[in-house]
Amino acid sequence: MKIDWAALGSVFGVSLSATVALVALFTLGLVGLSKHETATEQGGTATLARSGAYACFALVTAAVGYGIYLIVS
Amino acid sequence: MEHITLLLGIVIITALVFDFTNGFHDTANAMATTISTGALKPKTAVAMSAVLNLVGAFMSVEVAKTISKGLVNEEGIQPEVIFAALVGAILWNLVTWLVGLPSSSSHALMGGLVGAAVASAGLGAVNGGTLVTKVLLPAVAAPIVAGAAAMLAAKVTYKLGGNVGKKTSAKGYKAGQIASAGLVSLAHGTNDAQKTMGIITLALVAGGALAPGSNPPVWVIVSAGMAIAMGTYLGGWRIIRTLGTGLTDLQPQQGFAAQTSAASVILASSTLGFSLSTTHACSGAVMGAGLGRKGGVVRWSTATRMFIAWGLTLPAAAVVASGAELVMRTGDVGVAAVALFLIASCVAIWLISRRQVVDHSNVNDVQAAEEPGVVTTAMAAVTVPPTVAAEAAAEAVAGTTAAVTDEALKATIPAAAPTAPAAPAAAV
Repeated sequence: MKIDWAALGSVFGVSLSATVALVALFTLGLVGLSKHETATEQGGTATLARSGAYACFALVTAAVGYGIYLIVS
Repeated sequence: MEHITLLLGIVIITALVFDFTNGFHDTANAMATTISTGALKPKTAVAMSAVLNLVGAFMSVEVAKTISKGLVNEEGIQPEVIFAALVGAILWNLVTWLVGLPSSSSHALMGGLVGAAVASAGLGAVNGGTLVTKVLLPAVAAPIVAGAAAMLAAKVTYKLGGNVGKKTSAKGYKAGQIASAGLVSLAHGTNDAQKTMGIITLALVAGGALAPGSNPPVWVIVSAGMAIAMGTYLGGWRIIRTLGTGLTDLQPQQGFAAQTSAASVILASSTLGFSLSTTHACSGAVMGAGLGRKGGVVRWSTATRMFIAWGLTLPAAAVVASGAELVMRTGDVGVAAVALFLIASCVAIWLISRRQVVDHSNVNDVQAAEEPGVVTTAMAAVTVPPTVAAEAAAEAVAGTTAAVTDEALKATIPAAAPTAPAAPAAAV
């Protein structure tokens, strides 16, 4: 009986880091958006926060796209 | 169209029924957290999942090919063996649905195949190593991997997103959950609908209607996709309730973490060549996310019942399937008897389920009767540190199944079916 520990280990590592990275990115995006929203409510702007947020969401979207690619292929 | 005998017709219909039960059994995997956190209305959630399952079914036939080629010796297997396996798998799916426990449809199907194979070809044909590496280990590893990822992710999102405005947070986590749940649905469609396609193709090959090594015909792909989508749309509300509100209380942040973890684990495992079960990954992710919030509690009584169900899945389906296989040896009468038994059991289970209906209207209600406040609070007080308890439970599950393994469930699939009594019924 041969158990492929290497494959299991890499599944563990990849899943863990992908999940945490995606969730962290997404949350950072939300933080940025939220900052931007409070700023606009007070009449100011928070361009940096907003562009940062969009960058985060773009990365997350790319990851989802890659996920769909993996499913299809 | 191919020449199809009566027995083959029965097998195909049964396979589609299995596909249907698979659909409504596994809706919970993709949509339970989305529904319980209110990101989508129950009906919208199942409709979305159904559509994505259908789309997924058409996207590739790779999985179906592995099942219908390679995995099983096409020369040896009889349509009766497949029929018996499906009977075992369907009944186990319905019983676990009735008690509202998530369990792996793939394990049920594998258990059915093992049982039918043992009954038809004897114990010797079974390969213990394959069973451990393909079934036992993934069942233990999936919830641990997904749970750890979800717990960490939930902690991270609470820590980073502590001061996100209410409006942004509500909208954001809703969108995030929908996207990750969509990915899980899509992956489910490509995997599980294809399992049925593979089985039907296998039956067609076994019955001599298709040449060995053929790809699934188009009508097989279409009907399997439709069956799983219809099952998904019907919604296994009992299981959704257990997974969404029974195991732990989820906030949108946790739902998002759980669903993302489930999607990552499923995709990583299928890509990196160590296949993990969707159901086990999703359940583990939900529990992990439950523990990831400060003060979050997992209801270990529900979790334990679920672990027990996981341990029983393979042996239970195997026992039913081997019984069915033995009965069918008597010939046409036996086949008819098994078919009648299957229909009667399905109707009976459905009637029992009507006594206490769970549907989209009450899916998020708290199950007050089952867990009185005292018990819950007491449990919360004595909850063991998560990892220790999870490992202990996992070991317990491993123990149960390992005992069965020793008994003789040694091979996933029979290579020795030719020794089985040459079923005359195939010529009906």
